[in-house]
Amino acid sequence: MSAPEERTKLPPVRPAPYARKQYWNEPTMTLWERAYLPEILRGLGITTGIFLRNMWRWISGRRGAVTSYYPEEKRADFAPRNRGKHILTQRPDGSPQCIACNMCATVCPAKVIEIEAGFDENDPAHPKYPIRFEIDYSRCVFCGLCIEACPEDAIRMEPDVPDLVSGDRYNMWLTMDEMLTWNPHKDVAKPYPPKPVPPVNGQSPTRGPGSSTH
Amino acid sequence: MMPDLAMSLVFITYAIVVLLTFGGLLTWVERKQAAVMSDRIGANRAYIRIPFTNVKLIWLGLFHGMADGLKMLLKENFKPNAHDAVGYFLAPLVVFAPVLLVFAVVPFGGTMDPGRLVPSLASWFQGRTYPLQIARLDAGLLIVFAFSGVTIIGAMLAGWSSGNKFSLLGGLRAGSQMISYELVMGLTVMGLILIYGTVDLGTIVQQQSGVMLGVLPAWGVFMQPFAAFLFLTAAIAENKRIPFDLPEAESELVAGYYTEYSGMKMGLFMFAEFIQIAIVGALFTTLFLGGYNLPFMSDAGFSLPGGREIALSHGLVLVLQLVGFLAKVMLMCVVQIQIRWSLPRFRYDQMLTFAWKLLLPLSLLNLFATAVVMWLRSGGTT
Repeated sequence: MSAPEERTKLPPVRPAPYARKQYWNEPTMTLWERAYLPEILRGLGITTGIFLRNMWRWISGRRGAVTSYYPEEKRADFAPRNRGKHILTQRPDGSPQCIACNMCATVCPAKVIEIEAGFDENDPAHPKYPIRFEIDYSRCVFCGLCIEACPEDAIRMEPDVPDLVSGDRYNMWLTMDEMLTWNPHKDVAKPYPPKPVPPVNGQSPTRGPGSSTH
Repeated sequence: MMPDLAMSLVFITYAIVVLLTFGGLLTWVERKQAAVMSDRIGANRAYIRIPFTNVKLIWLGLFHGMADGLKMLLKENFKPNAHDAVGYFLAPLVVFAPVLLVFAVVPFGGTMDPGRLVPSLASWFQGRTYPLQIARLDAGLLIVFAFSGVTIIGAMLAGWSSGNKFSLLGGLRAGSQMISYELVMGLTVMGLILIYGTVDLGTIVQQQSGVMLGVLPAWGVFMQPFAAFLFLTAAIAENKRIPFDLPEAESELVAGYYTEYSGMKMGLFMFAEFIQIAIVGALFTTLFLGGYNLPFMSDAGFSLPGGREIALSHGLVLVLQLVGFLAKVMLMCVVQIQIRWSLPRFRYDQMLTFAWKLLLPLSLLNLFATAVVMWLRSGGTT
């Protein structure tokens, strides 16, 4: 056991003189590079070269930039796997295939999907249908979980970008109408059975091959 | 008396219009040049809509400067509680005014004879001629340095009176940096003063219209290439721009000595910086690039190295000189912006080491070599 007074007799700790640490990947520079000025001039030469090249492209009527002027021009080089816009698939009569089960809205990590369900007594196979189906694109993270969750294959994403350029976040909502008017790409084209005949009053809803969900 | 007054007013108006135009234009040039250098398109959103139509004038984003100015004018004039009222108010003016005043001694054209230009006014002017220069002072170059010295006070005043530690540090840095580089700038120009034997900028420009070594125009950049390089370096440092923007280093000091300024006061600091780019360009043009004269040109016309003389009319000479001067200044501005967007910032100790241990000895060496050469050419006697 060392007494406290013994501790105080210890010589004061002197900090070691500062020595710059040598790293294994210390950059080695030649005399030419350490002269600083030639390399500075070389760097200026590089940037000036790029400037003149791009400037010449602009002057001669070509594009001297790799960026694009977004809402007016769209990039042509989106990857084929890009999935940037939601669409709602449709039944042959044009009504959305969505049954307003709220699975996508539940699984959505960003909580951007809002569905308002309605009741359609004329279609007993799908009595529930969406009155309102909206996605807030200002918050969507494009994770695609809604597509995986959907039991009806009613929502999909296609290689496109939503054209929602706006100065106002309340214009960033994609409505059902916009999601239903998509171009029928090959991957979403799907054969559907014909629309069921509306049931006669008093009879049970059609089951079997006559149903649209068979 | 009256003709002199009228011509002075015309020159002053011209100078102020040119400087403010340069200040506004350079904000655009800086943005666009940086964009083109880095494969981007650059600012192109601000537009002016012609009233009652749907025609939007974009003009490559030229109106962004106007939008900036309007924004700064309309912003809240925020003042920190701890500010010193007098210093805080004076600092932007002390920074801005000398920058405009420096241009007074810079000649922007040759000698003008209004009577020859407009014969109907010849009787009024009575054959008087005017050099295109606001103030033809014998001490031209000294005035330049005197006024750029005043700018230092403004920067330090802004840093001290804001009552902010970042501002104070920025002001201190601005003071030490600008004093160091002011010295280098003065010493580099000493070589030129030895050669030309005068500090009057008008005379310096006139002496550069001759021919040197048979083919080269007798420009300062060919007589003193080394001094030209040192001068440009020191001038950029004096202007506190990257790679020497230590006083306003964003990553260290927020915005340096004008951290606590807002609205148009902050705009004045920025505007002074942009006008100073043009001023540095004008000084470099005047001292090293033959001023307003095109190569081999003087007030009478061209005298090419082969002995050929091409006489030009007075009006044409004046137009060539005015346009030539502006073109050279613009070229130097573009060079400075190119440097600003290419080089990384110095560390603070590196910046001071660069000034005192490299640039100062080099400029002294340059001065010494020039003095020896001048002494030998004058016969080597005392």
